[in-house]
Amino acid sequence: MKIPVLRIYTVGYLLFLYCPIVILPIFAFNNSTAVAFPLQGFTTEWFSNVFHDAVLGHALKNSLLVATSTAVLATVLGTLAARANTRYQFKAAGPLMALIMLPMVLPEIIMAMALLVVLLSVGIPLSLFTIVLGHVLVCTPVAVASLTSAFQSLDKSLEEAAYDLGEGPFSTFRLIILPLVMPGIISAMLICFTISLDEFIVANFLGSGEPLLSTFIYGQLRFPKNVPNIMALGTILVGVSITLLALAEFFRRRGIARTGAKDSGGFL
Amino acid sequence: MTSGKPTMIEFQDVHKYYGDYHALRGISATIKAGEFFSLLGPSGCGKTTLLRTIAGFEGISSGVVLIDGKDVAGVPPNQRPTNMVFQSYAIFPHLTVAQNVGFGLRKDPRSAADKARAVDEALAMVGLSGYGARAAHALSGGQRQRVALARALILKPKVLLLDEPLSALDKKLRENMQVELIKLQRQVGITFILVTHDQEEALVMSDRIAVMFEGQIAQLDSPERLYRLPKTRAVANFIGTMNFLSAQILSESAGTVEVEAQGFGRLQLDAEKQATGTPSANGATIGFRPETATLLFDGQQASDREIMATVEEVVYYGDMTYYDVLLDGTTAPVRLSMRNVFGRPVLDIGTRTRVGWSPGALVLFR
Repeated sequence: MKIPVLRIYTVGYLLFLYCPIVILPIFAFNNSTAVAFPLQGFTTEWFSNVFHDAVLGHALKNSLLVATSTAVLATVLGTLAARANTRYQFKAAGPLMALIMLPMVLPEIIMAMALLVVLLSVGIPLSLFTIVLGHVLVCTPVAVASLTSAFQSLDKSLEEAAYDLGEGPFSTFRLIILPLVMPGIISAMLICFTISLDEFIVANFLGSGEPLLSTFIYGQLRFPKNVPNIMALGTILVGVSITLLALAEFFRRRGIARTGAKDSGGFL
Repeated sequence: MTSGKPTMIEFQDVHKYYGDYHALRGISATIKAGEFFSLLGPSGCGKTTLLRTIAGFEGISSGVVLIDGKDVAGVPPNQRPTNMVFQSYAIFPHLTVAQNVGFGLRKDPRSAADKARAVDEALAMVGLSGYGARAAHALSGGQRQRVALARALILKPKVLLLDEPLSALDKKLRENMQVELIKLQRQVGITFILVTHDQEEALVMSDRIAVMFEGQIAQLDSPERLYRLPKTRAVANFIGTMNFLSAQILSESAGTVEVEAQGFGRLQLDAEKQATGTPSANGATIGFRPETATLLFDGQQASDREIMATVEEVVYYGDMTYYDVLLDGTTAPVRLSMRNVFGRPVLDIGTRTRVGWSPGALVLFR
């Protein structure tokens, strides 16, 4: 009998990847401060703690502010870069795009340190704003990757038809191109929001001590009795992330269906 | 039939380079107002590039393009008196049919009610009355094409440019649309310029056709003249089918050319009506269309001359049968097209048969 090596490998790989995430909600509802089997019974106490924690509430507000600002800025920049890259052909396009996409593969800790050194030497005080700057750097390549496919699936003759019918470049962009890539833009925004929401390294290096969700969670792990609260918070975050990314994928597919193009595989 | 009309478009020695690639190589031609004009050629011959220079989507490297007497160098597409029907139709998928058709009226000073009426009229003209509220992305191919036509014609352009508008439709629909486009053009009286690689389509629809090869116009003529007296063997091959037999020019005087043709022997041809081209090193060729020679069945007499032949291939088309026959005294088979008549047999391969032909139907390529 043949051993189904590839099948075993695949199942093992997926188990290793997702088991820890499945553990999270299990212990979030477990009636014990110790994160260990056997389970001790059902409780929603940890969730209730999460909702009544004032510091956590503050951190959540900061995180939402940072994530929203990051999503908007990174998507605007990503839209401009993706449009330039798909519409215009110029010699510097290749190197320029490589530079824009580089943060995707650079170690985040190197970028965070480099940014920290630059910000301090320029004399910009650390704040939520500096975290947003760092997050924009991390998220823009992701937005560009997602939006490039949206712009590429756009038939160039749609644009030419609008010119031909009397519109200039700006009204063509507003009336034709923007509505058609809007699902891609929304999708990019949701992805950037999600990335910013749970990013830790940049938030830790460039923060001023104002708590964000990620740094708050890291801080709480020092106190064993708070660990079940973190499990509950983690469960909520996983739920929110999956929902947002599913929405993003929904918008991306709708965008492709709308332009009548073939789905060539998405970012997700 | 268009000779008395004023000139709408004039090309004066137009060249276009893409880097090192010489896409248009000295195009000079005029297109008359109200003419149905076709640019015909294989893919890559420059016909679409030439059309796009009229629309303003392509600049030219040298030469002059005049539209209605004005040099349009540097004039952007949105300020030219031309509108285009794109090969992909370029229907805006997020708008309704009416919004698509009325798109070009955005800056029109007329009232909203007047514009809506204009949209309705344009839709009626292309046979889509009542489709205004539909979503554009839900239309069929043929309907998209009509919307694209209405959207371009609503602006009453001086010239309508059509880039392979029928190539995405199936055969039946294509033939219907050909007739509809001809009627529409007569109705609106606008100059239509059609780009196509389909010689049949060009013959059916056009007042005049420019046949293009490799960035140059090989011949610009009426469909009938293109078919009857193509200037080169390349044009003859592209427009329909032409049989070729090698020949030798014996003498040439003012009115007649005397040739010795393979199989057909010594012939006197009309220098004006039957001889074409400039003398080439490869020697002369005699050409004739498949329908100008005919198989002679038992009891039939040739109306002019007769030659013996052997059937080498039979292609049955229902209403027609194509016979590839080897004429006695020749080295390569020629194609004959015979209308199928009730009660007449389809001949077998290998049959010896008589072929009737007429020197008057021959063309000499010098």
